Amino acid sequence: MAISLDIRLKRADKIYCEEDNVTGVIVISSNSDFKHEGITLIMEGSVNIQVSTKNVGIIEAFYNSVKPIQLINLTCEVSGAGRLPSGTTEIPFEIPLKSKANRVLYETYHGVYVNIGYGLRCDIKRSFLSKDLQKSQQFLIQYRPGYNACPQLPLRDKRTPVNFELSPSTLSSGRTGAPDFLLKGVIDTVCCNISKPFKGKLVLVKCAVPVRSIELQLVRVETCGCAEGYAREATEIQNIQIGDGDAPQNIPIPIYMVFPRLFTCPTLITTNFKLEFEVNIVVIFQDDHLITNNFPIVLVRE
Amino acid sequence: MGENSVEWNILMNPDYKLSRLPRIEVAEHPLRSFTVRERIPRKIIGSAPSTGRTTPVSTPVPSTDPLTMALKQLDPLSEFVMQEIDPLSKMAAEMDLCDGQFLKTASSRDSEENPFDKMESWTSRKARILSKYTTSEKLTIITSFLSEGEKVMVKTQSTAVDKVQHRLKQLDSFEEGSQQKLDLFQAEYISKIDQLNNELVSSWNTEQRVKALKIAIQCAKLLTDTDVLPFYPSKFVLITDILDTFGKLVYDRLRVKANYIKPGSKTPIPLPEDFTPGMVPDAAKETCLNWFYKIASIRELVPRLYVEIALLKSYNFISTNECVDSLTRITDMIHGIGNPLVAVYARCYLCKTGISVSNKNSDYGYLFGNFTGFLDSYQHLYSRCVKAELDAQHMPLSTYVTLYTPALDFILEAVACRANDSVLADMLNICKQYKNSSLILNTIMSGFKPTRIAERAMEFLETIIESSDDGIPLYVLLRTLGLCITVCPPPTDQRKQILNIVWKHVSSFIKPDEYIACAEAWVQFVVLHFSNREINTILGDIIDHMTPQRNYEKHYNELKIIIGTVVAHNQDFETLLIMDNFLPLVDLFQQESLRVEVCKNILTSTSSEFKTSDPVITNALMFLCSVLHDSVNALTPEDEYKQIGEILCSVIRRVDYGRDFEHQLNFYVEARGAFSNIDVVLAELVQTFNNLMGNQNMLVLISVNVNTWHYLHSSVIVNQIKQVNTLSVNTRQVIKGIHTRKSGDFVRACAAYCFITIPSIVAEKTRLELYLLSGQVALFNQCLGQADACFQAALALLPELEDVSAKSETFLVPYIRQFLSTLLVVPDNPERGVLNLLRNLLNVMAKLEWNKANCSLGILYVSCLDLLSAMAQEDYVYQVDKVESNDSLYGSDPKFIQEINALCSIIVREVLNLLKDLGICRRQSQIATELFLRVVVRGVSSKSMLVLAMNLWQLSMKHGYADVKYLERTRDYLKSRSIAQNNTNLQQLVDMLVI
Repeated sequence: MAISLDIRLKRADKIYCEEDNVTGVIVISSNSDFKHEGITLIMEGSVNIQVSTKNVGIIEAFYNSVKPIQLINLTCEVSGAGRLPSGTTEIPFEIPLKSKANRVLYETYHGVYVNIGYGLRCDIKRSFLSKDLQKSQQFLIQYRPGYNACPQLPLRDKRTPVNFELSPSTLSSGRTGAPDFLLKGVIDTVCCNISKPFKGKLVLVKCAVPVRSIELQLVRVETCGCAEGYAREATEIQNIQIGDGDAPQNIPIPIYMVFPRLFTCPTLITTNFKLEFEVNIVVIFQDDHLITNNFPIVLVRE
Repeated sequence: MGENSVEWNILMNPDYKLSRLPRIEVAEHPLRSFTVRERIPRKIIGSAPSTGRTTPVSTPVPSTDPLTMALKQLDPLSEFVMQEIDPLSKMAAEMDLCDGQFLKTASSRDSEENPFDKMESWTSRKARILSKYTTSEKLTIITSFLSEGEKVMVKTQSTAVDKVQHRLKQLDSFEEGSQQKLDLFQAEYISKIDQLNNELVSSWNTEQRVKALKIAIQCAKLLTDTDVLPFYPSKFVLITDILDTFGKLVYDRLRVKANYIKPGSKTPIPLPEDFTPGMVPDAAKETCLNWFYKIASIRELVPRLYVEIALLKSYNFISTNECVDSLTRITDMIHGIGNPLVAVYARCYLCKTGISVSNKNSDYGYLFGNFTGFLDSYQHLYSRCVKAELDAQHMPLSTYVTLYTPALDFILEAVACRANDSVLADMLNICKQYKNSSLILNTIMSGFKPTRIAERAMEFLETIIESSDDGIPLYVLLRTLGLCITVCPPPTDQRKQILNIVWKHVSSFIKPDEYIACAEAWVQFVVLHFSNREINTILGDIIDHMTPQRNYEKHYNELKIIIGTVVAHNQDFETLLIMDNFLPLVDLFQQESLRVEVCKNILTSTSSEFKTSDPVITNALMFLCSVLHDSVNALTPEDEYKQIGEILCSVIRRVDYGRDFEHQLNFYVEARGAFSNIDVVLAELVQTFNNLMGNQNMLVLISVNVNTWHYLHSSVIVNQIKQVNTLSVNTRQVIKGIHTRKSGDFVRACAAYCFITIPSIVAEKTRLELYLLSGQVALFNQCLGQADACFQAALALLPELEDVSAKSETFLVPYIRQFLSTLLVVPDNPERGVLNLLRNLLNVMAKLEWNKANCSLGILYVSCLDLLSAMAQEDYVYQVDKVESNDSLYGSDPKFIQEINALCSIIVREVLNLLKDLGICRRQSQIATELFLRVVVRGVSSKSMLVLAMNLWQLSMKHGYADVKYLERTRDYLKSRSIAQNNTNLQQLVDMLVI
């Protein structure tokens, strides 16, 4: 007696904004009719924060993990106890996305120490003789374009192109070991629309040693508040090569990177945690010498 | 036997004197239907405006005459001509139509045809690249997806820990596939790549899409690696094939997913070919977006670009302009690829895919962008990294540069398809800026339309000469320019200057292969646009360059092409032969087979109209011919032999001394000596002589014979004999039939020539025919003795036939009939008695082996009766001018008639015997009917004859084999005839005939 349970959302991309109605159907199929003690549909959303083991000890980290912050928690009674006929039963549902009081529905994000996730869970309670049925379905939250969850961000002055120039003299480490080179470039803006690629270009004006690779490194900076204070962790999301081998000199090489979904979200600064992003431009020379230029960026959804 | 002996009295028809038929000379067979040959203008139906050109049509006149119908059916070729417009004019008509449409629509860009249709197809390029760029070095492949069937466990697991580790490793490789580095030879490499392709398709089909993507990425990654430079273009071709497959799989899958619901209906239907993103359902869009997000996160640049290019077409599911934007974006991003060779091939792949995904509204700016992109980074080709790599692989720069050509050619050709004139000018300017622009120059010249290049030929030439770098060498550049200019000549006023400059450089090349490569390309230009003096100089120069150290031995192929071009494009063949340097050039070919090939080429390419009487030219021709002739030996294949024979014959026909017959005859004698090996040629010579002796009426006969010879498996001498025949006929025409002593001697010499030449022919059939023909021609020229000799010779030959085709009755029966009809006009040889030739023939016929059941002999005997009947007349139905035939010799002397009657009696007896032997059958009835007719019509209606006739009639009626209708009509005819002639005997006979 196999009973299958499924939740199908109406939107193929499963992306919803606050105030939207999450619509879909619960699909139950069984080859015989069966009794149940009630069907419930639960919508949950929370921020999970885990403290890095680097800042505190393993055991502390285990115990000190911050309690999840619930953003949304709705329970609907789909049906009371009763019988379901054999065959496929589809129960449509529609749940308005409304955050709990004093909470904001942040965008879905999967990081190392911070996770923001939303899901629907359907439970079918059965009599004590048979097993309960449960099915979960993730869905994504995105801000409405133009909505900014962090009003404190200084957006205006970051919309202009950023020029940069790299040479041994501008290196913080000084001239030690670096070959003679000059790299000029421009980044269209450091306040980026998350749905648009990160753009710019760079020109290798001169370089004494052949370049092996030019890369763009996208880094997340997660900061969590906990009992011992703040823990700030920077980890790599992805590394995209834009120049392979000894790139021709004096020819603009485009800087182009698409922000990955799920692993990036608009920059978020709250009292309990912060999600920030940075881009590193990395130049690796033939002799394995590595030069990095860091650009903190602000992500917004527009 | 006694019962068969019949007293024959031939009937002399007095009407013949009066009813000699009027004769008119005609050019065509009178029964053939007329065809209207004029051209009727016909409007092209359709919306296209009339272009003013007309379509030639020939309309047959509807004919109902069954005879003409039958004739028409005989000749399928002319039937075809009558019914159909010939295919060429049909094509022309279609082209007109297209032109019209093109003009109409050219202004609106929307409905324009795909401009890239003109480009060479990718498949053909692919094949060329694969065959050209190969290597014998080992290639490395790094992959995790190659299933290793022969994976052997080498390690002996000594400890438990090892065992566990090994097991884990195995599991690992099972799950993820550990990356392996393999060293392979080219063939293995190709098969591995093939294997990867299959793996990709199979994992796609088993829903392992991520694995498929991984394979695609790994494949693309192989393109970063230029370890073995010479193989790179081939590698590119192989791997882009896989990527194309991958792109297609993704696209097709998305399309299947994207079944859309048409507004108003409920069932989903597949997307139309030209769908818009609005029609695509969200689910499909989401899947598509996922693909692109996945690709965007590929770490390495080259695989990311390649895979994205492979999937470009799928952008159409998301939005309309995404695809075009990406094309431009990727064009820029390729700048990031440091290795110029990898970059240029990436550009090539981008252009190739761009062309295939773009629809008609797209912007083709990216094509030009890619080319300028290459130009921008052009100097990078000469950078330190490339140098280091070349040093490591021991490759010269000039070879390295050629690796670029397939990709560059493709890009530039694509650009040229869309570009206008100014683009070319811009590019030239760019080239001038760089000092090492040879690669670009070469590509431009091979990529753009030759017309455009030719306009600027001078400019190009200057730039070429200035750019003396170690990229593409000068000779290659000059060669490319030469090829362009050959297709389309530069402006007239520049030609001389261009040639001077070019040749100055060309002749300064010291290496023979460089020199000949250039010369080969430029020769056609010279031949087409310059006089023979220049050609001669150039040829001389070529000889000078090729002779030292026997260089020509290595360049036979090029030399052959040069001679081919010179011969094919030269209008004036004669001056070519007189040219100082032409024959010496031919002399360079020391290898027998090549030499023969070249001679053949020269001789066949001359136009057939040209005639010559110049001794120098004749000598040159004879020289070339003797090369061909000498190549024939016992091992020569039949076809080759035939071909050479034909060529020699055509050459003989070309030598024409006009009215100088003596000279002509001398030439033929010389030819006979020179070409004794080849039958057809000798036959041709005999034929010409006969022609010389005959006259126009005979010509009809001869031409008929010529045709049969051509189709029969005749041997080669025929043509030569034919030529001699023509000579005789011509002579006769010239002297209007009245031979003076000198001309008489000449034609007798001709006849003698024929008589002597014929025996050297191998084919018996041809020999027989030629004897008859020569006899006829000799008779025509009043050479009675020679004619008689010819006929005797033919008769002597007949019983000795061995060849099956000559012995066949299908040949012999018509041949003997023809012989018989000729015999009518042959006057008896006073030394040999009355009708000696005919008697001989009868004897020969009786001795031949005939098929009993067919009874052809009987039929031939009946024909003999016809001849004898004709011979008995007072005036013969036809005569030869100025030859006294038997009619005037004997004047119907009773003795002569008696001879004829006696002969007839014998023949009738023979036929009756034959009939008896034949037994009862349809054939017997037929022959009996025939004989009956002869007896009644040709003979005097004596009592015994009537009895014979009656018997024959009954014989033919017996056993029901008779053709009753025919017999009825025969009876009716006889009745009317008997009444007209007032012949009571015949009337009685007719009354007795029962059906």
